[in-house]
Amino acid sequence: MKVGVVTFPGSLDDRDAARAVRVAGGEAVALWHGDHDLRDVDAVVLPGGFSYGDYLRCGAIARFAPIMQELVKAAEGGLPVLGICNGFQILCESHLLPGALVRNDNLHFVCRDQRLRIESTSTMWTSDYEVGQEIVVPLKNGEGGYVADEATLDRLEGEGRVVARYLEVNPNGSRRDIAGISNERGNVVGLMPHPEHAVEALTGPTTDGLGFFTSILKGLVEA
Amino acid sequence: MTRHPDTVADAIAHPEREQPYEQLGLKANEYAEIREILGRRPTSGELAMYSVMWSEHCSYKSSKVHLRQFGEKKPETDTLLVGIGENAGVVDIGQGWAVTFKVESHNHPSYVEPYQGAATGIGGIVRDIISMGARPVAVMDPLRFGAADHPDTHRVLPGVVAGIGGYGNCLGLPNIGGEVVFDPCYQGNPLVNALCVGTLRHEDIHLASAKGVGNLVVLYGAKTGGDGIGGASILASETFEDGGPAKRPAVQVGDPFMEKLLIECTLEVLHAGLVEGIQDLGAAGISCATSELASNGDGGMHVVLDKVPLRDHTLTPEEILMSESQERMAAVVRPDRIDEFLAICAKWDVDAAIIGEVTATGRLVIEWQGEVIVDVPPRTVAHDGPVYERPYARPSWQDALQADVPDSLPRPKTADELRETVLRLAASPNLASKSWITAQYDRYVLGNTVLAQPEDAGVVRVDEESGLGVAISTDCNGRFAKLDPYAGAQLALAEAYRNVAATGGDPLAVTNCLNFGSPEDPDVMWQFERAVTGLADGCLQLGIPVTGGNVSFYNQTGTAAIHPTPVVGVLGVVDDVAQRTQMAFREMGDVVLLLGETRDELAGSEWAHVVHGHLGGLPPRVDLEAERALATVLVAASRGGLVGAAHDLSEGGVAQAVVEMALRHGVGATIDAPAALDPFVFLFSESTARAIVTAAPEQVERVTALAREHGVAVQ
Repeated sequence: MKVGVVTFPGSLDDRDAARAVRVAGGEAVALWHGDHDLRDVDAVVLPGGFSYGDYLRCGAIARFAPIMQELVKAAEGGLPVLGICNGFQILCESHLLPGALVRNDNLHFVCRDQRLRIESTSTMWTSDYEVGQEIVVPLKNGEGGYVADEATLDRLEGEGRVVARYLEVNPNGSRRDIAGISNERGNVVGLMPHPEHAVEALTGPTTDGLGFFTSILKGLVEA
Repeated sequence: MTRHPDTVADAIAHPEREQPYEQLGLKANEYAEIREILGRRPTSGELAMYSVMWSEHCSYKSSKVHLRQFGEKKPETDTLLVGIGENAGVVDIGQGWAVTFKVESHNHPSYVEPYQGAATGIGGIVRDIISMGARPVAVMDPLRFGAADHPDTHRVLPGVVAGIGGYGNCLGLPNIGGEVVFDPCYQGNPLVNALCVGTLRHEDIHLASAKGVGNLVVLYGAKTGGDGIGGASILASETFEDGGPAKRPAVQVGDPFMEKLLIECTLEVLHAGLVEGIQDLGAAGISCATSELASNGDGGMHVVLDKVPLRDHTLTPEEILMSESQERMAAVVRPDRIDEFLAICAKWDVDAAIIGEVTATGRLVIEWQGEVIVDVPPRTVAHDGPVYERPYARPSWQDALQADVPDSLPRPKTADELRETVLRLAASPNLASKSWITAQYDRYVLGNTVLAQPEDAGVVRVDEESGLGVAISTDCNGRFAKLDPYAGAQLALAEAYRNVAATGGDPLAVTNCLNFGSPEDPDVMWQFERAVTGLADGCLQLGIPVTGGNVSFYNQTGTAAIHPTPVVGVLGVVDDVAQRTQMAFREMGDVVLLLGETRDELAGSEWAHVVHGHLGGLPPRVDLEAERALATVLVAASRGGLVGAAHDLSEGGVAQAVVEMALRHGVGATIDAPAALDPFVFLFSESTARAIVTAAPEQVERVTALAREHGVAVQ
């Protein structure tokens, strides 16, 4: 199974995302922001980083990258897409996911081992977890506060589209402790914490993040 | 606005013109020397170049005579692939891998503009690493500020930390360690040092030289603007006078996004074999890059300054020569490879301009609007600057300071008093957790961070297949260096060496950042000479070479210099990072062992500082043979899987080490003070060559036997 990882100028966690795909048993395929070619991948990860420097609004420039035109079409057609951190921001800017990510409420960049509760396993990226499962993965962001209007938040909750929630500490002021959400179909997931940094016991706080990558690979094999 | 530049022809025609060499930081004798080299007065462009390149910051003119010791006393070693003098030294770590690492200071810019000063400190050291052909894999920041509750600290610290985070996080380099120290001596003179480590295959080493007549000189990266003009000489070579004018315009502004592109673009052109020589643009900008490339190569270069891409079209040629705009590099490229080179730059959206070519003239010639404004022998600019034998003498107060021993200070005696002292020290600014700072740095990016702060050393994996990795620690206790600079430098070396060994790293090489007051003060110069000699002697004894470093002078306000602060970085090899040792208590029932000997050594200690505000006496005894024996035990125990945890003993002694080991994962320990020692001395002495380790009950005998075999005491 081939999982594409897009590199934008300023992407930082692209190598990590590719490693996580490999650790989970998949084949990672490098995708370039300037191409119009998704290279026949079965799923795509938009990695963390500061695409184009994020000097405007995070993800606001990346959404106009040539590769995004193809990706938006493919995602609307059901291609699984996981956006991590900056990738989540790009998915929101691309309107594949509702809401927006704003500056952390404490105004500081924060890097910590974050406890999360998996709220939904009906997405293509979380099917290998159990509902209510608690995991610890790194979180690192300066603009990770998830916001949306009340109606949108209610709809996300009602439709079971809140994928993960912060436990113990809300590190960035996200509304309703939301750490990740999905689209209606469950193929597009945006997540502020970094599961790709928790796939090896040696370099991560846990291996709890591996589930996102095994979920998609198992799902694709079964499909 | 156009203005006729001061050309070489003008300099010959108008030899009498008065020149502002003093405002540019040059002394009268230096100006006279430039006139002698050129056989005429310099043009204003030449004056700009000489002034920045002959500044203390760029020329090491006061320190050179002492720094030679690092080469002269170099231990016999075959680990050094590239030595002192290049952008950064390169060390062989085995399996075809090499590592390059270096620390630099950005003290003065960080005082003037904390955020940008600290940010561009990271940017500069990272470019040093990529210009060796290495991929940067981690950064560390040794930081020193005034008292934690002083207004100057409140002004400087948040900006420095935000700048390091803002730049380093956006660049995608994990921040794996460093130091944060508070002491009133750094008020108005914060020390912001930055270390970067990079990895490369042996065959990928590149050097800064312009070889091959007809090869093209390419400037690529950010456009040149008016930032940092004169920064190198004006900021780094003059002491801050109280009430002086604000110097903000002289600080550079960083763009980490451009730096990230520059890393990827540079590594791609290097790996494609498109580069004959490469040099980063840091202090002194184009002046430095062109003169150093030419001086190291075939000796001649012709540059057309009009070709330099500008952000600000009103810049004068002198300003373009001196500009310290960040995120720029210069490469020497063969004409038949230039199209490939420019294509890779275009791929990364990096501006590139051919600004000149290598010549056989032996001269660096720079033209502007068709006229020659610089014509100099490049070596006189880059390498043959002035060298000073500054007078130095043991300060008149040194004996009194050393005689003021802490023996008569009241010591805690009862259990309650000892308990209160443990808590007071643990909560003091220098010993308390620094996570409020380090949580603002990304330590996970790149996915190879095995250990990061607050562990004894940062450990990164270099090879995912074999598990080969490196451990790095930086250390310095400025109080010890004040009491005895020779011993203080060796104690800094010993602590970094011990920290690396505690994680299981076999110490291999040394870098340094020597932060001192004014070299024009004989007291300071004596401290410097003693510290360099101590460090060189120590490295020789431990058998680990100095690969490079940095000197920062003029860290003083008025006549009050900072404590001499020779920050020492030690790099070690971890054969398999899966075997690394962590610092925390983990397993219930493990036995806690103290390795090394504890003596009554409290001069310069954290206890004397925090409880009594006292600094006097002689620092703890240096015993490098004991350090070597301890390190051998720690590395062998780590590789053999004999220990569960290891933590070096330094500031705060046994008491603080145990506090840190317990707090990391919330696992406590019961410690028995040995009957032969006064409990206070046992808890708070800062005797060196000691570490605490834990071992499972069935391993205790093996650990003890290993220690005894190497002559290390066990309690």
